[in-house]
Amino acid sequence: MSEKPLVSLTIEGVEVSVPQGTLLIEAAKQAGVVIPHYCYHPGLPVAGVCRMCLVEIEGMPKLQIACATQVAQGQVVKVMSEQALAARRSVLEFLLINHPLDCPICDQAGECELQDYVFQEGRPRTRYTPAYPKRFSPVEDFGGDVLYVPNRCILCTRCVRFMDHVAQDSILNVSERGDRAYIGIHPGRKLDHPWAGNVVDLCPVGSLLSKDFLHKARAWELDKTASICTGCSQGCNVNLDTRHNAVVRIRPRPNLEVNQYFICDYGRFNYRWMNRGDRIEAPLVKDREGLAATDWDTALERAAQILKGADGKAVALVSPKVSTEALFLARRLLGRFEWSGYFRLERVDGEIPLPGVPNLALRSERAPNGTGARLLGYGEDTEGAVPALRQAAVVLVLDDPLDWLSADSLSEVENLIYLGTVLPPAARGARVVLPIANVAEEDGTFVNRDGRVQRYFQAKPAPGMARPAWWVLGQLMEETGAGEAVLSAAQAFELLAAAEPAFSGLSYERLGLKGALINAPERVEVSR
Amino acid sequence: MGYPHPPHPKETVVLSQYFGDPEARTYEGWKKRGGYTALEQALSMAPGEIIEIVKESGLRGRGGAGFPTGLKWSFMPKEKTKPHYLCCNADESEPGTFKDREIMRWTPHALIEGCAIAQYAIQAEVTYIYIRGEFTEPLAIMQQALEEAYRHGILGKDAMGKKGLRLDMYIHRGAGAYICGEETALMNSIEGRRGNPRIKPPFPAAYGVFGMPTTINNVETLAAVPHIINRGAAWYKSLSLSSPKSTGTKLFSVCGHVRKPGNYEVTMGFPLGELIYDLCGGMREGRKLKACIPGGSSVPILNREETESCLLDYEGCIEKGTMLGSGGVIVFDDSADMVYQIMRLARFYAHESCAQCTQCREGTAWTVRILQRILAGEGEMKDLDLLLELAEQMTGKTICVLSDSCAAPVVSGIKKFRDEFEAYIKGARRPVTALA
Repeated sequence: MSEKPLVSLTIEGVEVSVPQGTLLIEAAKQAGVVIPHYCYHPGLPVAGVCRMCLVEIEGMPKLQIACATQVAQGQVVKVMSEQALAARRSVLEFLLINHPLDCPICDQAGECELQDYVFQEGRPRTRYTPAYPKRFSPVEDFGGDVLYVPNRCILCTRCVRFMDHVAQDSILNVSERGDRAYIGIHPGRKLDHPWAGNVVDLCPVGSLLSKDFLHKARAWELDKTASICTGCSQGCNVNLDTRHNAVVRIRPRPNLEVNQYFICDYGRFNYRWMNRGDRIEAPLVKDREGLAATDWDTALERAAQILKGADGKAVALVSPKVSTEALFLARRLLGRFEWSGYFRLERVDGEIPLPGVPNLALRSERAPNGTGARLLGYGEDTEGAVPALRQAAVVLVLDDPLDWLSADSLSEVENLIYLGTVLPPAARGARVVLPIANVAEEDGTFVNRDGRVQRYFQAKPAPGMARPAWWVLGQLMEETGAGEAVLSAAQAFELLAAAEPAFSGLSYERLGLKGALINAPERVEVSR
Repeated sequence: MGYPHPPHPKETVVLSQYFGDPEARTYEGWKKRGGYTALEQALSMAPGEIIEIVKESGLRGRGGAGFPTGLKWSFMPKEKTKPHYLCCNADESEPGTFKDREIMRWTPHALIEGCAIAQYAIQAEVTYIYIRGEFTEPLAIMQQALEEAYRHGILGKDAMGKKGLRLDMYIHRGAGAYICGEETALMNSIEGRRGNPRIKPPFPAAYGVFGMPTTINNVETLAAVPHIINRGAAWYKSLSLSSPKSTGTKLFSVCGHVRKPGNYEVTMGFPLGELIYDLCGGMREGRKLKACIPGGSSVPILNREETESCLLDYEGCIEKGTMLGSGGVIVFDDSADMVYQIMRLARFYAHESCAQCTQCREGTAWTVRILQRILAGEGEMKDLDLLLELAEQMTGKTICVLSDSCAAPVVSGIKKFRDEFEAYIKGARRPVTALA
């Protein structure tokens, strides 16, 4: 894009320069103007059918659709001219004559583009009088997670184009003609494509609904937090939608470098564990009776005692779902020992790509931070871990469920310190258990399979006394004299960036919401 | 000629010369009548020369838009980097129009010859003749003629005995959608897609059927091409009674309240009044002319005065605020209920809207509901303003002109026959409740 010559034009009195070939609707964004639209979506081929983005261009006799018109040198575009406004008001009126005004029971209300634009520039009252019956068709189960409410459909065809051109599995179509038209589904097919859930996000109105989210929350009750999907090593950018401190929905967050505008259904529904009720809520220390709850000071002191009292070899068993910061600090904490670190990664056969987007797939590596773990010297060598455990003076576990180890391989471990979100049976032998936050409850970073370091943010509070792993590990470093306490995730990342060449020069500020590549891509290539 | 009537002395019979002559349908019969001599001559010329001749003749598109044919051909890339296609639009679905049907029924070889010349001129490998699905008889005749043409070496490998020249022609049958007569919808339909019009640009000459450079012409346009090659551009250009920008002959399909409905071929610029009163035998006994739609249902309606003074060429129709369109002349006498007729037209468009553009999908259906309510005696005066406002928003705002076509008769109807609308609204006219 940057190779193309720039074209200067004026949109609503604001002069902008954009590369040749840019569509007006995109150029307008540069001028701070969102031209109302329905069928246009930057991730889909242009359809030009809703006719909502009609704008006036000086010197052209007719209004033009901004979604299909390319910029031209010296163009003067009027988005809010009387003529353009009248045309868009009319489109809204036409869309509403058959649209039920059932916003109070519609999941889309509050994030509905029809609602928004009608409030913004529509008519206050209908002229579709006297009370003609509206077109009515019953709700249809499209299969998969998707319900179709034809009455609300404005036939923008985003869903059809997504299936045709992005998923490249033409399950949906436009059936019938005129005002009888509706979105049809291929006979004998169900909308069970592994990426089909995106049609719900793409639908500008409440016509395609998620069964999973159906009537679960009103849009305005939701808090949105930028996060990274934990489903696989792709590292799709997502938003966690929370209500009353529970994650109720995951939706894609645009990142052209990673997932464009889409996420797979596997990742979309991979959130229930974030709300688990059986969490460790207090630090636990072992006494004669077993594990007993205590306060942080006591627990940290006990853990520090163990670490200071041991010598020789130390083993860290980490989950590839914990933050890069925690992985780094765990290693630093054990720096005094002869250290080895292991992680176990769930793998499945084959990838499930989204054909219309290059380098996007549900990856076979089903964890978000395998690359981060490898970069920091952890080995995916579960067989080597067992003998190492036998010789270890200290074993530090970072949220690994330990379910892949036989009972006797842990029974010999004397000094087990367990940092985790939940307490699996195998961890009951630990001398100290320290409760940590999960991905929705802390700030941190993951490194995806392409070596892109991406931040995720805290979406809800951690339960009970649980704390982010970086905080716990920082406290232990201070107690054991391995370093100073860490005050924030950002500071933990600074320590990481200072120590690791792959991360040098990076900071939370640099990463922002889109992430950045690590410095040594060849290392990632090897680690894949 | 005014088939099924004998030729009227005021007609200029060129395309319709052999209408009603079954022998002209066959290859032998067509050869005997001078068939395929124009193709032979054309193949001895360079493609560019043919385009120049057609440009010079002033031939304009007979499908409705009246775009200069030679100019359209010249838009095709000169440097061939991709396959070129010719599409012949035989999806004649415009209400009131039935000229292409007769050309295909009686002179199928004239169309094949015209297609072959055009195909050669634009350097296309393949011609698709897209025939309206309901045209079963013309389809059978065209298929037979095409088979004959292949058998006699007119088409196919070494076409017309010219070494290395390959001309292929396929007939594609439509499935009954009016919108497939719109050129880009027709191309989608040929490709096996839903017949939705495409956004322009890109235009067909750059990105047409299968994404390749394509020219699309109407049946009547292509059928005129052999005559121009045979008799020269100057002859064709001389066929003009009024504006020099409109040349040649044009078939007018006259239907409605005239004594002798049928196809009449007259020189461009012929008076519409004369066509109705003279050639078509005028109104029925005791009836008076009330209104006329001169160019197929999509063009604005003319009242009596306008009809009687309208000259039938592109410019003459525009002068009266209407269009020559496809030449489907629909005549109404004073027994016609204009409100009902306009509702009936609008209902056709509402039924045929492809459902892409919002204004068309919803606007056509809404227009019909308002008109039906007026007919049922439940209308209000403000409905007329609403109709006009909807029509305004349905004009020039959509991908194709179907929605404009629905708006045109509504706007002209209300403007010219407002008293009839008001009569229903005021209760002065008996409501029409059974809406067939």
